[in-house]
Amino acid sequence: MSDNFGFTETPASSGRELTYLEAIAEAIRLEMERDENVLVMGEDVGGGFGGAFKVTKGLAERFGDRRVLNTPIAELGFTGMASGMALMGLRPIIEMQFADFISTAFDSIVQFASTAHYRMDAAVPWVIRAPSDGGIRSGPFHSQNPEAWFVHTPGLKVVAPATPADAKGLLTAAIRDDNPVIYFEAKPLYRSLKSTVPAGEHVVPLGSAVIRRHGTDVTVISYGSMVHQVSAAAEAVEADGISTMVVDLRSLKPLDVETILEAAASTGKVVVTHAANRMAGVGAEIAALIAEEAFESLDGPIVRMGGADTPVPFSPPLEDAYRPDAAKIAGAIRELAAW
Amino acid sequence: MRFTGALTSPRMRQILTPSGALVDEAPMDDALASRLYRAMVFARTYDRKSMALQKQGRLATYAPFEGQEAAQAGSAAALEVDDWMVGTYRDAAAMWMQAYPMELLFAGRTGHEHGGRVPEHVNVLPPSITVGGHMVHAVGLAWAERLQGSSRIALTYFGDGATSEGDFHEAMNMAAVQKVGTVFVCQNNGWAISLPTAEQTATETIAEKAIAYGMPGVRVDGNDVFAVYAATREAVGRARSGEGPTLIEAVTYRMGPHTTADDPGRYRSEADREEWVRRDPIERLRVYLSERGRWDEDWQMRIEEQASSEVERAIVLAESLRAPEPEEMFGAMFAEIPPHLAEQLAEAKAAP
Repeated sequence: MSDNFGFTETPASSGRELTYLEAIAEAIRLEMERDENVLVMGEDVGGGFGGAFKVTKGLAERFGDRRVLNTPIAELGFTGMASGMALMGLRPIIEMQFADFISTAFDSIVQFASTAHYRMDAAVPWVIRAPSDGGIRSGPFHSQNPEAWFVHTPGLKVVAPATPADAKGLLTAAIRDDNPVIYFEAKPLYRSLKSTVPAGEHVVPLGSAVIRRHGTDVTVISYGSMVHQVSAAAEAVEADGISTMVVDLRSLKPLDVETILEAAASTGKVVVTHAANRMAGVGAEIAALIAEEAFESLDGPIVRMGGADTPVPFSPPLEDAYRPDAAKIAGAIRELAAW
Repeated sequence: MRFTGALTSPRMRQILTPSGALVDEAPMDDALASRLYRAMVFARTYDRKSMALQKQGRLATYAPFEGQEAAQAGSAAALEVDDWMVGTYRDAAAMWMQAYPMELLFAGRTGHEHGGRVPEHVNVLPPSITVGGHMVHAVGLAWAERLQGSSRIALTYFGDGATSEGDFHEAMNMAAVQKVGTVFVCQNNGWAISLPTAEQTATETIAEKAIAYGMPGVRVDGNDVFAVYAATREAVGRARSGEGPTLIEAVTYRMGPHTTADDPGRYRSEADREEWVRRDPIERLRVYLSERGRWDEDWQMRIEEQASSEVERAIVLAESLRAPEPEEMFGAMFAEIPPHLAEQLAEAKAAP
């Protein structure tokens, strides 16, 4: 994946091409420069190592080990610690080495951080960066997309950027936000996707979806790396004369309800897809929302596509069977268009 | 039924014996000893009154701390007024001593959401309801204080049962490896609901667990306010000077039930409890103060009256808080109200 799939990125006079990973790193660096309360913590993030994926490389040299904290392997411990630090006005960016490991921090996130504002009227402004997603043969414990757990939890915000520009803009917004935000970065895109990113300050407001492609026959709603599969599918079905609208949610909580409903109503036919397993996934919430709020505009059943209700398989053929991809999505679009 | 391990275990530091005799140098002057006596009388009044209020249906389920007054008062007294305190649902006495308003402690039990909204100048988190989850927050607070160049430290309370949680391990390890200014105070009251300490852990003491983390572990008679104070003062000094955390095990006993929802008669013996009546934390300090001419019946009556009226004032204030409007629920979730909650608020207001 070396092009940007024909996306119309935010035009920026001073933009230059960055990889998805470089865009994340740039957002962290700029926010650390802007606000001395911003700090980075997690496993192997400091010293000369710079994190498992090298997102934080160079930060320790630049900002010192007081702001780039290497922690023991203790996701619960350092997430809870970050909540304590956030109550003191610091803005920790917590790196989960892999999104999969967030389960060990679950208690601290859902029992304390997510309820803190409600209970104490006190902000807990941390961001968890969660390198998520599969499709790259990483096996069941390094490929997960656990966003639904957190969308379901009151008191959290959840985002999942699909492009380098959004990776930067959403992370900047997440760091500045006064609430706990879980930022699911798609690790398959780290180095494979490069496109224009505005230089300097770039903020994408949390809670705003974007139309990646306009179309009139079928609307496909997605987020994260799956947006690229959807775009490829939209290209493929165009040859059959099917015009597809592509919605990139960007924020999973809060949702951009207005954009979702308008996009759904404008074609009357909706596919919702994500890499996470389909059962009780984010797609279920989107489908229910559309069914409740835009029922009269629908011309066909809402189609949900997601991962199988299994672990993410290590075996390549099984992982391919597990995940939606451009071909499967194109099939669903064709079927729905013919409804 | 056998005695809890706490009764028979060795190596427990004591300064004031159950009969009120000094076996070591008193770590405080008479003025402070009198203040702590008064605080313990207040604590017991609060606790007994709370049990009664719960029975009247005026408080939600209540977790009493009778018997643990010295463990809380002695440790809280070793803190500066702006040090952090992160405790549990059974630590009201300590929280109140660290300036958590008594009416907010009650509000947390009258079912009012404002119970957790701590005034700005008070560095105490609302009580942790999940067992063990809060210790890491104390480490984070203390770490942030250090990063911001302050010498404030954090003290966290937990029970013997919480040491079985993974959170305990992560908090202890993290604090020790980074030498974070944290004081871990375990009030080992012998029972985690119905499970005695001997079935909670295979170690003879809680304090010895500190060795594995590379920090000092101190075991004190938790019903001896002098021993608790001395150990905590030392730990606070270490924390403040950058030498890192300490684990203190205050050996004590929960005289009442786990909460108003259980009956300890079903799982432990009355003989056990009788032994701990003899070890009462308040009575031994009364004897000590009396022998030094610092206690008499008049003063006792006066402080009991003061305690009663303070507790009465706080409960009346808590009960007079107006019922919250739906706005407060939806508006409280985030720093600002997001669209989906604005919609839920509108639905709630429109509901018949």
